[in-house]
Formats: sequence, C-alpha cells, structure tokens
Amino acid sequence: MRTAYRTRDGRILRDVAAIGAAMVAVGASFGAVAVAAGLPAWATLSMSVLLYAGGAQFMAVGLIAAGSPLAAVLAGLLLNARHLPFGLALGGALGPRRWQRLLGSHFMTDEATAFALARPAGPERRRAFWLAGVLLFLAWNAGTVLGVVAGGAVGDPGALGLDAAFPAGLAALLLPGLRDRETRRVALTGAALAVLATPLLPAGLPVLLALAALVLPVLARRRAAAAPDGAAPAHPGGRSADHAGPGDDDESRVVRAGEASC
Amino acid sequence: MLIAVILALATGTYGFRVAGVLLRDRLELPEWSRHLLPVAAAALLAALAATAALTEAGGFAGYARPAGVLVGLVLAWRRAPFVLIVVAAAGTTALLRLLGVA
Repeated sequence: MRTAYRTRDGRILRDVAAIGAAMVAVGASFGAVAVAAGLPAWATLSMSVLLYAGGAQFMAVGLIAAGSPLAAVLAGLLLNARHLPFGLALGGALGPRRWQRLLGSHFMTDEATAFALARPAGPERRRAFWLAGVLLFLAWNAGTVLGVVAGGAVGDPGALGLDAAFPAGLAALLLPGLRDRETRRVALTGAALAVLATPLLPAGLPVLLALAALVLPVLARRRAAAAPDGAAPAHPGGRSADHAGPGDDDESRVVRAGEASC
Repeated sequence: MLIAVILALATGTYGFRVAGVLLRDRLELPEWSRHLLPVAAAALLAALAATAALTEAGGFAGYARPAGVLVGLVLAWRRAPFVLIVVAAAGTTALLRLLGVA
C-alpha cells in the first residue's frame, strides 16, 4: 500500500512539476511586470501570497496602474467567481477536517482542481489536490520573488511558449473524463459558448457562461422522465438511482489514474 | 488604498473558494443532480482551456499558441506522458514564434 502510494505520488509529483516549472516562470514575469508598473515589492509579494490567482493578479496590476482600483477589485472577483463551483465539485477532496477545508481552499486553482478531479474520489484525489495545491503555491510565490528581485532581467514567458503550456496541461487532464458522453457534451458545448462570448463579455463571464451547457443533461433527464414507462432513452449510462453516487463520474477517470503513459 | 485593494481581492477570492467547499455538505441537492457537480467543473475547465488557447484580451491569440495546444492535444490523445504534452505544447509555440509566426 505504502509503495503503491509512493509510486503514484511520484507520478503526480512529476506531472505537477511540469506545470510548476511554467508557473515559476509566469510568476517571475508577474513580479517583474508589477514592479515595473510601480507596485512596491511588499504589495507584489502579498498579492501572490494572499490573493494567489494569476489572472486576477495581472489584471489588478494593470487596472491599479491605470488608476482604477475599484475596477481592479470588481474585475478580479468576477474572474475568480469560478472557484465557487470548483469548491462544490471538490468538496471533501480537501480532507475530512475543518482546518483542511479552510486551508486547502486557499490552494484551490484551476490546475490543482484539474489534477484532483482527474483522480478517483477518495484518498488518491485528496493527495493529488494537496500535492498540486501546495507545490503550485510554492512555485508561484518563488517565481514572484524571483521576478521582483530580477526585474527586467526576467525573460518574456511568451518566447518560451508558456501560454500554450497551461491550456495544453488543462486539456490533457480533462481528456480522460471526456470519455463519459454526458461530460463530453457539456464540456465541449460550454467551451464553445465561452470562446464565442469572449469578444462580447468582460473577462471572467465567458467562462462562467459555460455552466449554461448544464441545461443539456437537465433537459435530457426531463425527457427521460417524460418518456412513457420509463423507457429510459439515450440518457448516458442510465445514471439514475442504480449506480449514482460519488463514484460514477470516476470510472472513466480511473483509467487515467492507471497512467496512460505505459 | 493599495492594501485595501489587495485585501478586498484576497478576501473575496478566498470567499469564493471556501464557500463552495463548505456549501457542498450543507447543500441539499437531489441525488441525480449531485453528479452534475464534477460535470460543471469539467465544463468550466474546458472553457478555461479553450479561451486560454484561442483568445487574448478579447481577441484572437494568434496562430502560434493554438498550434502548440493542438500538438499537446494530439499527444494527450495518443496518451503521451503529461510532462511531454506540456513541454511539446510550449516548445511548438516557442519554435513558431522564433520562426516569426505570431
């Protein structure tokens, strides 16, 4: 058991390290940009420690430098509202104890959520969440310190293609879950809605709009319920009372947990 | 002023994060809708990945970035190791930019 955990931890660590390395570089660019925009070092560092949300931090620096602090708060919060549904999905994955949930919540990011939800519910998911959460937090903050100290000497993360690393990593973590038909339909529809809405809506809203795709399974269920004699039509896997429960969305992910790389 | 902005952002963001985690236990959701929570998270993450891959400041991100992400996707599809997916995506984009593709 112990060795099984150790090997799995090793795999998760290696995967998290790849994203962590990119986060050090982007964190450094945040530190450098913030200091160049006139933010004092203490403010730059406390943003990375206390706020710990890359997108909102870059946005806030821009809006503070432009002289609109209120807009910085509102835009940043709009951008981060997605963490609430992440928390709902993660729930007990942070741990059974209250302090674990209170502390773990601070480490919740898109990447930590994706790493955790890619693992089967239970102890494995919890370990993945904490490993990713703590390591990425350290990587982001180490990067910020580096950027504050090195300033303009920090290179452009765009030249390293790091802006492609994050969406590719997220997509790779999501892919196994998309084997489930319902998840696939909702996720792809949501992604399309968000992309189409991006030129029209302020940052943050397009991503939240993806939740509108949840009407698909809800409507499918209505239709299934309305069908005579419960002749359950195409509802994926007949996910009703028979095998509902925390495990059912995980079956497809267990396959990935066995590590697709071999 | 600056400290107020940072604290407001930090408190509000932590509020979103912790609210979902703590609500999960108290929310009386019907059984059939509980399994929609991870589906909702998948939709949000897919939307993040798609918008991050294709857009920048409300417009098209240029060709280099989506090309890199596409390479990553193909590798993920072929079940390549995660590290390789991330490195190949970044490498492709970096190389294209080096060659002058925006």
